[in-house]
Amino acid sequence: MVLLLQYTIIFASVLCLVALGGCFSEHSGVINLGLEGIMVMGALGGAVTMFLLPAGTSKFVIVLATTLFAVLVGMLYSVLLGVACINFKADQTLIGTAMNLLATAAATVFVRAMNTSINPDNVSSAIQYIKPKKAFLKYIGNFEFNWFMVMALVLLIVSYFVLYKTKFGLRLMACGENPQAADSVGINVYTMRWAGVLISGFLGGLGGIVYITAGVSEWKFEMGVAGFGFLALAVMIFGQWRPTRIALAALLFGLFRALSNVYTGIGFLAAMNIPSTVYNMMPYIISIIVLAFTSKNSRAPKAEGIPYDKGMR
Amino acid sequence: MKEKKLSLKNPSFQAILTSLICIILGLLIGYIVLLLINPAGAGEAIKTIILNFLTRSSSMARAKALGNTLAKTAPLLMCALSICFCYKVGLFNIGAAGQYEAGACMGLYAALAWHMPWFICLLVAGAAGAIVGAISGALKAYRNVNEVISGIMLNWIMLYLTNMILSTKAVKDPTSPYTIKLATGNKGALIPSAGLNALFANNKTVTLAIPLAILFAVLIWMILAKTKFGYELKATGFNKEASKYAGMKEKKNIIVTLAIGGALAGIGAAFLFLTGYQEWSTTQTSVPGMGFNGIAATFLGGLHPIGTIFASFFIQSITDGGALINKSVYPSQISDLISSIIIYLCGFVLFFKFAINNWVSKRDKGGANANAVADKNDQDKKEGGDK
Repeated sequence: MVLLLQYTIIFASVLCLVALGGCFSEHSGVINLGLEGIMVMGALGGAVTMFLLPAGTSKFVIVLATTLFAVLVGMLYSVLLGVACINFKADQTLIGTAMNLLATAAATVFVRAMNTSINPDNVSSAIQYIKPKKAFLKYIGNFEFNWFMVMALVLLIVSYFVLYKTKFGLRLMACGENPQAADSVGINVYTMRWAGVLISGFLGGLGGIVYITAGVSEWKFEMGVAGFGFLALAVMIFGQWRPTRIALAALLFGLFRALSNVYTGIGFLAAMNIPSTVYNMMPYIISIIVLAFTSKNSRAPKAEGIPYDKGMR
Repeated sequence: MKEKKLSLKNPSFQAILTSLICIILGLLIGYIVLLLINPAGAGEAIKTIILNFLTRSSSMARAKALGNTLAKTAPLLMCALSICFCYKVGLFNIGAAGQYEAGACMGLYAALAWHMPWFICLLVAGAAGAIVGAISGALKAYRNVNEVISGIMLNWIMLYLTNMILSTKAVKDPTSPYTIKLATGNKGALIPSAGLNALFANNKTVTLAIPLAILFAVLIWMILAKTKFGYELKATGFNKEASKYAGMKEKKNIIVTLAIGGALAGIGAAFLFLTGYQEWSTTQTSVPGMGFNGIAATFLGGLHPIGTIFASFFIQSITDGGALINKSVYPSQISDLISSIIIYLCGFVLFFKFAINNWVSKRDKGGANANAVADKNDQDKKEGGDK
């Protein structure tokens, strides 16, 4: 039971962070289907940092540096989305898909090249971080507490505050609802959309490193992040683009993900003998059903997905 | 000189030119990455990726390798056609991957559990894909759910469902995570080669699937360009309200489009799994890349069904070429890297075309009419570009 709680909370943290990233980007008017790719890149940044930090680095420095580089690489990668979709008005679905494919390929190539340059016989695409990972953990009884859980909670509160209580957040949302109107009152739509995309890079990158350190101590980059970016997208939609609901949706979907991992250890669930694929499928099925009933009057930003052109009416 | 001016303004020449720009830039970036990893063999490696089967030593080996590439081009082409067809109707069928999974699932199930002959399996696979596509279509038509989002969700639902269905006793090899080999399970479900394999050094994976896929490409092109049905679909995609006003059934058209797209992707899966090229792994945890690579082939093919044939072959060829490079020095994923960069660059196609038009008119008329020509060409493009 403790294990279930622990997995639920850590998976919910990941989903919440990444979904909030998508939420910022979409509120500014840019659909970010590349979240999966941004997560991979953030994970790469963090994992390489942990791998390269010399042994004996203090825990605080490990946590700080890993987080910082994950976030930084995530933001850098999101620039690809910004340049193509804001400045060059490219198709956002196409670019997002390209970014997902590119991230997994680039990360695998990078890690393999790094591994072979250190040891010519090592052609694996995995990075190990058994020791540095411990810096993030604290045991409370059997419960494995992770500092990332706190970060996710803090960022959730900050996101809510920024979106609804600051001038910046309200302007950002205006750009996703009616960019022409926003422009007419002197808001620079391009700047606001860039801000939305970069924030999604920040949160997506952080989500990536949280995900790969959640259960294991080594990560094979060939696998990408196993669809968590898309699951986060489902969380965002289920949460109707609102931070508080996103948090609840993340908890629910996190629970399903955790169940698929640990259900064999829980008496009555193991007795029901439902295959883990069912738990894996549930979040997506729930999302589709919810979409079917809510999309007629969806809360999705009205102008999302449409490139902004100053010259257009 | 006059010839050249004319051709640069020709939209189909422009489409080919922009695709070539994407390819060259993609290969260039791939080459730079290879140089960064190890400068000594980079030239050799990029040559291997580009030439693929041509680098084999004997003519027999070349023919066999070409056969392998073609065998995998057929399913890729079908996925690309699925996406291309839907895109022409204004729908982004990112769910092609899920429809492909459904096709693989039911195609293999029909073959192994029901012991059906190959053409029935093909139809079953197509029907399964069509149903998944139609779900996306119905959600879009009646419940206003974006087809991209429902497509992504269905990709994952179908992945887990397929793993579950193909793990049942009748179809799964008890000693491995894969489905039973068709050669032992049901020979009749293998797509016949009709003598084609003789041309490719008796490569058993070369089958009727390859000419059939090309036939489908021509068929899709004909439907879109030459029939009233295709015109209606394109009109619906261009302006739903206007086509409704003109008496077309816009809801039905959306569902039919995605069902056809789904059928194409589903048959695509059958074109791979019913050749015995590989088996379905019931433990896989990620959506197969075929559907996403189809997006690459679609856009690289200039969103034209015939262009898609060549683009699919190119994408598959560099992927296979990547597997041939010296793996102790370079990771084979370098070709995935190149093809994903090419997809990314395809997003800039509109900009490239605009730049070419600008440049041409500047050269011709001192820049006075630059925007006029660019606008006109833009319009040509929006009207579908099919001729």
